[in-house]
Amino acid sequence: MPKIKVTLLTGRTIDQGTTKEHGKLSEAYRENVAICEMDPDDLETIGIRENSNIKISTKHGKIIVKAKESKRAPHPKIAYMPYGLWANTIADPKTHGTGMPSFKGIMAEIQPAPTENVPTIPQILNQTYRKE
Amino acid sequence: MSTIKNVTCPICGTLCDDLEVTIKNNTIVNVKNACAVSEAKFMSFSNPEHRNLKPLVRKKGELTEASLDEAVKRSAQILADASYPILYGWSCTSSEAIRVGIELAEEVGGVIDNTSTVCHGPSILSIQNVGIPTCTLGQIRHRADLIIYWASDPYSAHPRHMERYTAFSDGRFQESEWEHYIARLRGILGKKRFSRASELVLMKEVELPAVSGQKLPPKFETKKRKLIVVDVRKTHSAEFADFFIQVEPNKDFELLQALRLLVKDEELEVDQVAGVSVNLLEDVADTLVGCNFGVFFFGVGLTMSSGKLQNIDAAIALTKDLNYRTKFSIMPMRGHFNVAGANIVYTWQTGYPFAVDFSQGYPRYNPGETSVVDILCRDEADASLVIASDPVSNFPREAVQNLVKTPLIAIDPVISPTTMMADVVFPSAFVGIETGGTAYRMDRVPLPMKELVNPPQSCLPDEEILQRILRQVRRIKRQRRKA
Repeated sequence: MPKIKVTLLTGRTIDQGTTKEHGKLSEAYRENVAICEMDPDDLETIGIRENSNIKISTKHGKIIVKAKESKRAPHPKIAYMPYGLWANTIADPKTHGTGMPSFKGIMAEIQPAPTENVPTIPQILNQTYRKE
Repeated sequence: MSTIKNVTCPICGTLCDDLEVTIKNNTIVNVKNACAVSEAKFMSFSNPEHRNLKPLVRKKGELTEASLDEAVKRSAQILADASYPILYGWSCTSSEAIRVGIELAEEVGGVIDNTSTVCHGPSILSIQNVGIPTCTLGQIRHRADLIIYWASDPYSAHPRHMERYTAFSDGRFQESEWEHYIARLRGILGKKRFSRASELVLMKEVELPAVSGQKLPPKFETKKRKLIVVDVRKTHSAEFADFFIQVEPNKDFELLQALRLLVKDEELEVDQVAGVSVNLLEDVADTLVGCNFGVFFFGVGLTMSSGKLQNIDAAIALTKDLNYRTKFSIMPMRGHFNVAGANIVYTWQTGYPFAVDFSQGYPRYNPGETSVVDILCRDEADASLVIASDPVSNFPREAVQNLVKTPLIAIDPVISPTTMMADVVFPSAFVGIETGGTAYRMDRVPLPMKELVNPPQSCLPDEEILQRILRQVRRIKRQRRKA
């Protein structure tokens, strides 16, 4: 399976902001937050098209989201995810003595995940944080 | 039907206070002057599908409906039994509620921290290190002739910031650049059409003028009010800018230090810094020095990437250097509508703006040790109260795993991953819509939040919920002392 190493950034998008107000359990929120914006050349490198499922792996975890062709390109080997449960399950918790984890500039690897599904919020909560 | 004017928006730190909300039968039917995010909130806040409407208490692993009394008693018991509880959130509630929260933190000997710990916490540390030359947004609206958004995308996070306070605002001494922007867009569109036609006729590519690149655009220096965006990718906001500088990720510190040298008329013995040519940086340094009143707005792109508070140190030092040559200000783009208020209330009550630890009986502050993500990653907290925030969504996995394994109390108007994982859930009233209060804008100007409609009967204001928990905690402690 082709892979690409990227620098992962997480941040706000206007769609994340508006759909959050419609409810975090809404389908619109998942469609706009469980995504990763990639440079078109990077999509080509791993041989996928927009809206294909991808697996993003960091030292801190793995998550399946949908790939989106970035409208902010060119930014080769820089991938962007909106803030939310999906991005933060793979963020770097180290604060380097400041209290602030590293939500931007995280080393990550992206590969196609055609057979896996993008998890919903209840699925992530159940699988990752199940209440004992 | 009635219309309430001058409503303060409960979304971001821009705290727009010119909204007009139309109400019919205790329902908001229209909102004017709001941004996309604000409109989404005003028009869908009451959707019962996404709202907590009853107090919930976890029984046998399931969240079940409970009376308010039961929820208060369970919460107070959790907090009174804990030896090192965390009280977290606070940026989307009123300053009045925050004040009660601090009293509660002191009473239970816990740590109280707000969302700036994962937002502009490093900026606060830096401001404590080196100070900050800043001003109010009104000054910028009326006087600033050079605006720089560094690692900040106001289009996405503060949608009306440019319109109300910077490039697209009509100030007393500075005109809005909106018409120029529209003219530029039309020009680019025309040139694109011409380019496509030329390509068909001449069979070769015709170069389009760019707002980014290795040199400033022609006539840039003669423009009255200039807007520059510096970011790792060409954001929406960069499209509005007169010039966009693309910096390599995690290299902001180098770029800021390079500009400091150039502003001091030193020479750089390299061709480029952080992916930006030194020739361009020399022109940018001239622009910085040549303005009458410039301002840096910086976002969490600086605080969350490599270097963290060192990046802010460098940005503030550059601002300080520029003040030897002209007038310059700097301001963090605060996210939630009352995150600045959380810092201010904490500071006037305890002496410290976030990550305040009461476990020794007096306020102690040492971010990295007393900050909530570090405490959770070290697995030291034995209970948590989260108010108006969603750390289960917003914290890294390691921190969340430890947050949810101990008793968790959530106070929130809406259903979120945090309320779904909580052991006690309080439905609360939306601050700025269903209950009033005070919030602080990003430039630390306090503004009143209005009560526009009545909340559902079961949804109390945050302040009252906290007061009830505090009273119950004191009751338990009194009983323990007697026993």
